[in-house]
Amino acid sequence: MRIAATINGQQMQADDVWPGESLLYVLRERLGLPGSKNACEQGECGSCTVYLDGIPVCACLVAAGQAQGRDIVTVEGLAGPSQLHPVQQAFLDAGAVQCGFCTPGLIVATHDLLSRDAEPTDLEIREALAGNLCRCTGYEKILDAVRLAASRMRAGG
Amino acid sequence: MSTPTRAPAAAPGIAPDQQRDRASGIGGNAARPDGTLKVTGQFAYGSDLWADDMLWGVTLRSPHPYARIRGVAVGEALATGGVFAVLTHADVPGKNRCGLEHSDQPVLAEDVVRYQGEPVALVAADHPEVALRAAKKIAVDYQVLDPVTEARAALAPGAPALHPDGNLVRHLKLRKGDPAASAEVVVTGCYQVGMQDQAFLGPEAGLAVPDGLGGVDLYVATQWLHVDQRQVCAALGLPPEQVRLTLAGVGGAFGGREDLSMHVHACLLALHTGKPIKMVYNREESFFGHVHRHPATMRYEHGASADGKLQYVRAEIYLDGGAYASSTPAVVGNAGTMGIGPYVVPNVHVDCYGAYTNNPPCGAMRGFGSVQTAFAYEAQMDKLAATLGMDPVELRCLNAMSLGSEAPTGQIVDSQAPVAELLDRVRKMPLPPARAGGIGGPSALAAQRHGQPAFDLRDLPGGVANTTHGEGVRRGIGYAVAYKNVGFSEGFDDYSTARVRLEVIGGEPVATVHTAAAEVGQGLVTVQQQICRTELGVDQVVIHPVNTQVGSGGSTSASRQTYVTGGAVRAACQAVAGQAVALAQRQLGRTIADLRLDGGQFVSAAEGTVASLAGVLGSDIIEETVEWRHRPTYPVDPETGQGFAHVQYAFAAHRAVVDVDTELGLVKVVELACAQDVGKAINPDAVLGQIQGGSAQGLGLAIMEEIQVSDGMIRNPSFTDYLIPTILDMPPMQIDVLEYPDPNAPYGLRGVGEPPTISSGPAVAAAIRAATGLELHRVPIRPEHITGSMPGPAP
Repeated sequence: MRIAATINGQQMQADDVWPGESLLYVLRERLGLPGSKNACEQGECGSCTVYLDGIPVCACLVAAGQAQGRDIVTVEGLAGPSQLHPVQQAFLDAGAVQCGFCTPGLIVATHDLLSRDAEPTDLEIREALAGNLCRCTGYEKILDAVRLAASRMRAGG
Repeated sequence: MSTPTRAPAAAPGIAPDQQRDRASGIGGNAARPDGTLKVTGQFAYGSDLWADDMLWGVTLRSPHPYARIRGVAVGEALATGGVFAVLTHADVPGKNRCGLEHSDQPVLAEDVVRYQGEPVALVAADHPEVALRAAKKIAVDYQVLDPVTEARAALAPGAPALHPDGNLVRHLKLRKGDPAASAEVVVTGCYQVGMQDQAFLGPEAGLAVPDGLGGVDLYVATQWLHVDQRQVCAALGLPPEQVRLTLAGVGGAFGGREDLSMHVHACLLALHTGKPIKMVYNREESFFGHVHRHPATMRYEHGASADGKLQYVRAEIYLDGGAYASSTPAVVGNAGTMGIGPYVVPNVHVDCYGAYTNNPPCGAMRGFGSVQTAFAYEAQMDKLAATLGMDPVELRCLNAMSLGSEAPTGQIVDSQAPVAELLDRVRKMPLPPARAGGIGGPSALAAQRHGQPAFDLRDLPGGVANTTHGEGVRRGIGYAVAYKNVGFSEGFDDYSTARVRLEVIGGEPVATVHTAAAEVGQGLVTVQQQICRTELGVDQVVIHPVNTQVGSGGSTSASRQTYVTGGAVRAACQAVAGQAVALAQRQLGRTIADLRLDGGQFVSAAEGTVASLAGVLGSDIIEETVEWRHRPTYPVDPETGQGFAHVQYAFAAHRAVVDVDTELGLVKVVELACAQDVGKAINPDAVLGQIQGGSAQGLGLAIMEEIQVSDGMIRNPSFTDYLIPTILDMPPMQIDVLEYPDPNAPYGLRGVGEPPTISSGPAVAAAIRAATGLELHRVPIRPEHITGSMPGPAP
């Protein structure tokens, strides 16, 4: 089947999609957007988190056909033309990136959290990111990154 | 050499948009060169690789832990539309064996399978689903056998031999002092540790590209390219020139990528079909596709004088190695030689066994044999303290190893060993506040009368599941200290190779570092850049793609890469700097005794800036390749375990504070405190990241992580059923980093990655014991162990 959707602001199309494919597979293997990650492919780890019509979802749990005509934003679509999004910059500056496999999903999830709540408490950050597994960092520097991004974004950064 | 469309990239120097002050040398918090790629989704991991016209490879695995194979019929699978190849062991052109220490594992099973998940056949097809469905059509005729599922049973007389030489992989004997020593106070205990999974997030993946000349290029996420290359060459029957490996992006490793996974399989399919082959495991297959941490059963007896001085330790340690040897011999070596912890004991008698069974193969995982024994010896120290009526930290400090102590192997500890100081530091860190509404805090009613919320569910065990409002919740505090050898031990020729090139690009001096050492997330690429900046005085350092076109970097394991590859990069830089200085002096026509490179200039104390590096180099290129070794170690005596086995020890201590709902058995770790000696923090932020991440993995083993195996079958191969700590499970940490230099190591550094994984779990277990008063002999500690509905093994 053919799938057409708006992805990171661009109209994109994939042909010969097998109906059993997930949105994650189509993004990674058919549309050249491998930034969303394939850590568990069953909705447990959050590493494939993307926006679907503005709502964060696990792309591995969305059937390819469900993406038809929808608006999708992936980690590849968050940075500006000349600079990183403040959430991306904060993950770098806080040392929240080690192997980086969880990073795209955590960045989308943090992007969503801070768009809803400009000044989350630590408990709120933990709740919001509880669906994103990280095996390298022990999460301390991820919390640092979210706090840093929030303060910079409040300051207009 | 053929190149895939989407391939691993060189890590660039400093991007123009990055701040200059992050381009620091050793001791600074330099930015990761791959960071921008990682936060934008551009970094190419093994599973992201892609080539035109590529096919997908999948693996058919045994459903049985032990069975004879009477026949394999591939006809129906091969006849499936879209399928290009179906291969079995008969299609392995070279030696059908691989293995890290013993070559005992078939690339594809022949007449017998020894564990559930053992690879039997391969399929290549034009879509992964087509390949999976075709694999299900392969008919394997199994004669199912009774599996051997327990290490002690495997070593008992009469057990069926799973390998030609029997079921014993290694027996390490450690004998020091009087084997029959006695003492006034004696405590004994039997402890068990469950099977832990590395649970790296990036699954096993890679891309094999045939070169059209009979050779192959393999892009793969791994920990040691050259040991992979050796095994792939043997299986393919090809020389190393025809099997070139390049490191793909690695999504975590923790020991789970030391053994081969899809390496040979993808190459076989690529050479057979003449097309690029991509293989990516899903999470379920990943649980069958790599080795795990050895489950352990351990019996300990500690004897002490009435004033608390340890007189003897006797221990018997059984490690279940599963179906193939992997790194079991070295894990046995570590568990045995360091199995009594960082304590001074005059009389030691340890027997440590590694056995073949039909359980999943076990091998390397962060902490490597030291994690299991630390749970046992630290529980024993607490038990001894309780019996003596002593403070558990005081007892540890009284018996702590220090500079000049004799380890149980007879090896003299010849650099700082601040065991007592580390314990003292974590004990003196401020404790977290008492829980509101609970013990030590205002009562819920009183708080409500004053209009205050009595408690926040999120602070309680069970969280927003609303399982308690504080009733039945007890707080406990526990301590543990541990040590770990750094680098490969027992006489292994442990080296790394670095090629450093210095040239002028765009008017600016640029260094390029080329090694085969795997970056797996820990930040080795950053450390290499920092060393080059310090040694060569240049800002711009490019990390060349990591491949087998340069000599071995050794394994990214054993906390060794900053030490060994860092040592190699430093040595190569020093050779390059020496040549640059000589070139400058030739151009100047005179010798300046203290001429050195700094900030892109040649400088001397007497003369200041003498010349610019760019000016002196011009179009010249200086390149040096250095193979660098740490000081040698030696095998231990086979009868006594005595010998200079380990090049360096690294130490960490933890304090854990937990709240336990004693009625439901739920645990919330409130805080972890850690003190660790790192010798020299090359990148202090990265050191903290290792301590935080390592501590989380130890916490996981203490309270939640276990591959549940029964009758040789894995019952929970998913992240739904195998739980790793989330951001809700991991508490805030206080961390104290000490820097006592090791005079034998580059810059005085110590390996960092493993010690925090070893001591955090035992501290959590101790805190739960303190909160509950239970002995708790097994980790992970489950709710039913705490509530008493299933208390675990008897001592």
